[in-house]
Amino acid sequence: MRLLIALLLVLGLAGLAFLAGRARGERMAVAAAGGNSRLGTIHSRPVHHGAYVALLALAPALIVLAGWSLIGDRFVEGQLIGTLAPAEQPASRNDRQALMNEVRGLVSGDLPTAFNPLAARLAPAYAAASANADLLAGALAVALLCAGGLWGYSRLRPDFRARNRVERLVRAVLLLTSVVAILTTFGIVLSLIFESIRFFRLVSPVEFLTGLQWSPQTALRADQVGASGAFGAVPLFWGTIFIGAIIAMAVAIPLGLLSAIYLTQYADPRLRRWLKPMLELLAGVPTVVYGFFAALTVAPLVRSLAVALGMTDASSDSALAAGLVMGIMIVPFVSSMADDALTAVPSSMRDGSLAMGATMSETVKKVMVPAALPGIVGGVLLAVSRAIGETMIVVMAAGLAANLTANPFSSVTTVTTQIVALLTGDQEFDSAKTLSAFALGLVLFIMTLILNIYALAVVKRYREAYE
Amino acid sequence: MNPNPAQNPAIGHNQQPKMTARGVNVFYGQKQAIKNVSIDVSSDHVTAFIGPSGCGKSTFLRCLNRMNDTVDSARVEGDIALDGQDIYAPQMDVVQLRARVGMVFQKPNPFPKSIYENVAYGPRLHGLARSKAEMDAIVESALRRAGLWDEVKDRLSESGTAMSGGQQQRLCIARAIAVDPEVILMDEPCSALDPIATARIEELIDELRGRYAIVIVTHNMQQAARVSQKTAFFHLGSLVEYDDTSTIFTNPRETRTKDYITGRYG
Amino acid sequence: MTALAAPLAERGPTDWTSTEMTQRIARRYRAERNFRRLGLLALLVAASFLAFLLFTIVRDGWTGFQRSEARLEVVFDPAVLGVDPAAVGRAGGDRLLATADYPALLLATAAQLGPAADTLSDAAWLDLRETLQADPTLLGQRATIWVPVRSSIDLLAKGKFDLSAPSDSRGVSDEEVADWRWLERENRLRTGFNGAFISGADSTEPELAGIGGAALGSLFTLAITIAIAFPLGVLSAVWLEEFAPRGWLADVIELSINNLAAVPSIIFGLLGLAFFLNIAGLPRSSPLVGGITLALMIMPVIVIAARVAIKSVPPSIRDAALGIGASPLQVVFHHVLPLALPGIMTGTIIGIARALGETAPLLLIGMRAFVTDVPQGVTQSATVLPMQVFLWSDDVQRGFVEKTSAAILILLVILIAMNSLAIYLRNRFERRW
Repeated sequence: MRLLIALLLVLGLAGLAFLAGRARGERMAVAAAGGNSRLGTIHSRPVHHGAYVALLALAPALIVLAGWSLIGDRFVEGQLIGTLAPAEQPASRNDRQALMNEVRGLVSGDLPTAFNPLAARLAPAYAAASANADLLAGALAVALLCAGGLWGYSRLRPDFRARNRVERLVRAVLLLTSVVAILTTFGIVLSLIFESIRFFRLVSPVEFLTGLQWSPQTALRADQVGASGAFGAVPLFWGTIFIGAIIAMAVAIPLGLLSAIYLTQYADPRLRRWLKPMLELLAGVPTVVYGFFAALTVAPLVRSLAVALGMTDASSDSALAAGLVMGIMIVPFVSSMADDALTAVPSSMRDGSLAMGATMSETVKKVMVPAALPGIVGGVLLAVSRAIGETMIVVMAAGLAANLTANPFSSVTTVTTQIVALLTGDQEFDSAKTLSAFALGLVLFIMTLILNIYALAVVKRYREAYE
Repeated sequence: MNPNPAQNPAIGHNQQPKMTARGVNVFYGQKQAIKNVSIDVSSDHVTAFIGPSGCGKSTFLRCLNRMNDTVDSARVEGDIALDGQDIYAPQMDVVQLRARVGMVFQKPNPFPKSIYENVAYGPRLHGLARSKAEMDAIVESALRRAGLWDEVKDRLSESGTAMSGGQQQRLCIARAIAVDPEVILMDEPCSALDPIATARIEELIDELRGRYAIVIVTHNMQQAARVSQKTAFFHLGSLVEYDDTSTIFTNPRETRTKDYITGRYG
Repeated sequence: MTALAAPLAERGPTDWTSTEMTQRIARRYRAERNFRRLGLLALLVAASFLAFLLFTIVRDGWTGFQRSEARLEVVFDPAVLGVDPAAVGRAGGDRLLATADYPALLLATAAQLGPAADTLSDAAWLDLRETLQADPTLLGQRATIWVPVRSSIDLLAKGKFDLSAPSDSRGVSDEEVADWRWLERENRLRTGFNGAFISGADSTEPELAGIGGAALGSLFTLAITIAIAFPLGVLSAVWLEEFAPRGWLADVIELSINNLAAVPSIIFGLLGLAFFLNIAGLPRSSPLVGGITLALMIMPVIVIAARVAIKSVPPSIRDAALGIGASPLQVVFHHVLPLALPGIMTGTIIGIARALGETAPLLLIGMRAFVTDVPQGVTQSATVLPMQVFLWSDDVQRGFVEKTSAAILILLVILIAMNSLAIYLRNRFERRW
């Protein structure tokens, strides 16, 4: 709240700096023109002078405020905890967090009374310290703002290249926004690797990647079944591939490819104009809706089918139900990739085949699809990558039992299902169970990354071949 | 100045025309691309269609094997017959028609398959070979006729798209020949090729003359003069003049033809 | 030459009229027709699946917008309420009315329902309070009030149970059926529009649960997402298309963006958990963290769409502007971006729609918390629409099935509207240069 006031103050002052700079620019312009308004005597326009001064004023102040909003509270917190006697200091990170939450609650008034007497004692000190610190940061920001603004203002001359400087800064900002993508990628990789390393200190990577037993529950008592906790992820990998790459693709590839062929080669253009957006809408349905549908409608149907087929142990969270619905979800994706690939085949190739007396289906099967094959394969690989990373359908419709089975009517579990199961509910930090989710995430990330890079390269090479 | 071709068709001199067109109009949507064209094509000659770009010569060519069917907005009126059979009649089978009237396109368009498979594609579609040996023979003779055999006999399994442009175009001709058509339509077959490859194709056309009725669309008048015996001059969708090539190039009846031949426009 | 071509010449012309050939052609045409039908069939299967999905959701969901209420004749007896009538008119009277003993009044009043007295919802007393607070003059007076009934009675009234089934397998007890019959007979039951469902927040009782809280949570989350992802996405697209020098930096950025666009959404949840919650210490379950996480997820979508849109602006426009002395930045912000805006908007809307429907990453940053209040700000615990769907679908109580479907209906209507807008924008402003 105090920071917000500081921010508004800083922005207001920067606005003043802009007005001052612009006014000076205008005065210079009038003086230089001396009655006749000719270009060339003044390098930059008044608005650029204003922007230059404002930016010089704003940038350091904003950096100070942003930095403080990130680390300021922790700094105060550290100081505060430091004042405590060693015996009173919270033992773990969690305890410390709980204590500080309570202190903040007391200060903000969200908590009427304290449960922990320590918190009650710390509250006034915290309030005072954080007010002081915020005041200090605010003062520093305003001081920097004034210094920057005045320095900028003093540099304004008729021949001063304010526009170029402002534009250079804006370009730097543009570059920074692009770097966010790299930072995100790094953030993902680092957080996955960091937590995975901690996991692999507890469980050997060989066991994780080759073990056939998965039961991450660490038991409360040593004599419980599976008390040790087993982290062999092979059943998870199999379940992921079984649902995402086998069952779902068995549905999505024929449906998607045939729809694309029908839409591109046979459908009346008017029909095509309606059907294509319909397919796109199908792609826009949230996965949680598919998951609900899979769990509530499709799974019971699949189970009754299994029972009718004479299977006594049919599971109500079968791989088939989740895979079927996931396949349907992927159809629009496969179809649009195949559509792109087929349209990219030069029409001269189609004409060449038709002119030989081939029927349309012969042309499609023997010329168009083989010619579009790299594009189609690339699209299918992207679809596989999407299917194995899909979460909600399997969380809602697939099971948690890590079975190594090829029976589509039995229950299997997937990497994403396990990540969600491991990280929701009660979390124990630093336990192998929680950390294993990050190791699974790392495997998933690497798998999809390889698939994506390879598939994008295939698709790109394919497009270039016909350009 | 304006002989009405519907009443007074410019008929070729031989006794049995292979294809005849009478009063053909083609529309793309509302736009009329071909206006009342009547023409005969004989088996013994190479017939050239010339004219400035956009004059409708390619459009008319594509009517002769119904390739215009693949364009949704195209509408063809009038009669076109192959050996006296109306090719737009409902009982005429378009698949069969295109096997009998082959086509070579402006840009070489080999399929992304091996050279062998490119040539074997047509015979396989139409079931012209009963055995592998028979297919080999068909492929070989088609490639020989296209003058390509000696260049490719050792690499029949290589991709057809990996060849030079001229070779690709001769492969497309071999592909058309392999189904043993009666007519071969060529739509500016040399426009994407260099002069040497062009000369090679022109020689080939001359070798194929007499065996097939050949119709070639070209914007290159020298080429028309070199390869054809009959020439039709199209302008703005109409057939202006149709006669022996020597007559067209030395003594045209129409001033428009003369202007075009002498390079006044086009 | 002709001698070499002997094999073909010997074969002679093809006899197209032979029986063999005619049959072959007939066979090929049959194959053609079958193939065409197969393609249409595939489309129809996909379409009928969508139709089936929509059908089941509408069938289950439309009753979610209604609830059943029972009629009560209430006497707002100050004695039962524990309120001094004289004190109500004075200062602090509002507080007195707010804290009065309504549950006791409800208990006393429910007796008039006879055997069905226990069919009222646990929170029915809230309606008594609302009525009295709206009109304090009712104190000591008699009034007719409709209050919500329990979910099982509500479902009975909507005909959701198969009463012909044996009582142990139909999911509702004989006693509840008897209560419902009694209420119907006494003409004390009505089914009307469920306003609480639209405005309220989550609850453990299906008849009280609403999606208002989740909808507001979604709104807060999306506001954060848009505020971050739109400027970042558009500006980085501008840099990549207009200013990036060819080199390793541009390549790395491009690679990052392309891969981020295809990274599974749950990975972003892991990033949010490990970085924003555990390292940066931002508040768990809050729209702030959810919004940032989703912003990182949809930024690549916006960048890619914006780049395509910027690329499609012809160079001649840039040349024209540069030619009259505009700086490169002025060219971009005065000419290129306005022309590319429809394409950018299309991509942005599609990205936002994706963020609105996304659940998986939010699961990991704790937005599955059970939140019974409408969120007040972006740093408080909240849930979002798809998460509400997920939470309710997990609930064993039968009354939540229709609530889940109803919530899906609302979500789908919003998403279809957004996607249609995107498709419309794309078609409307698609410009060929």
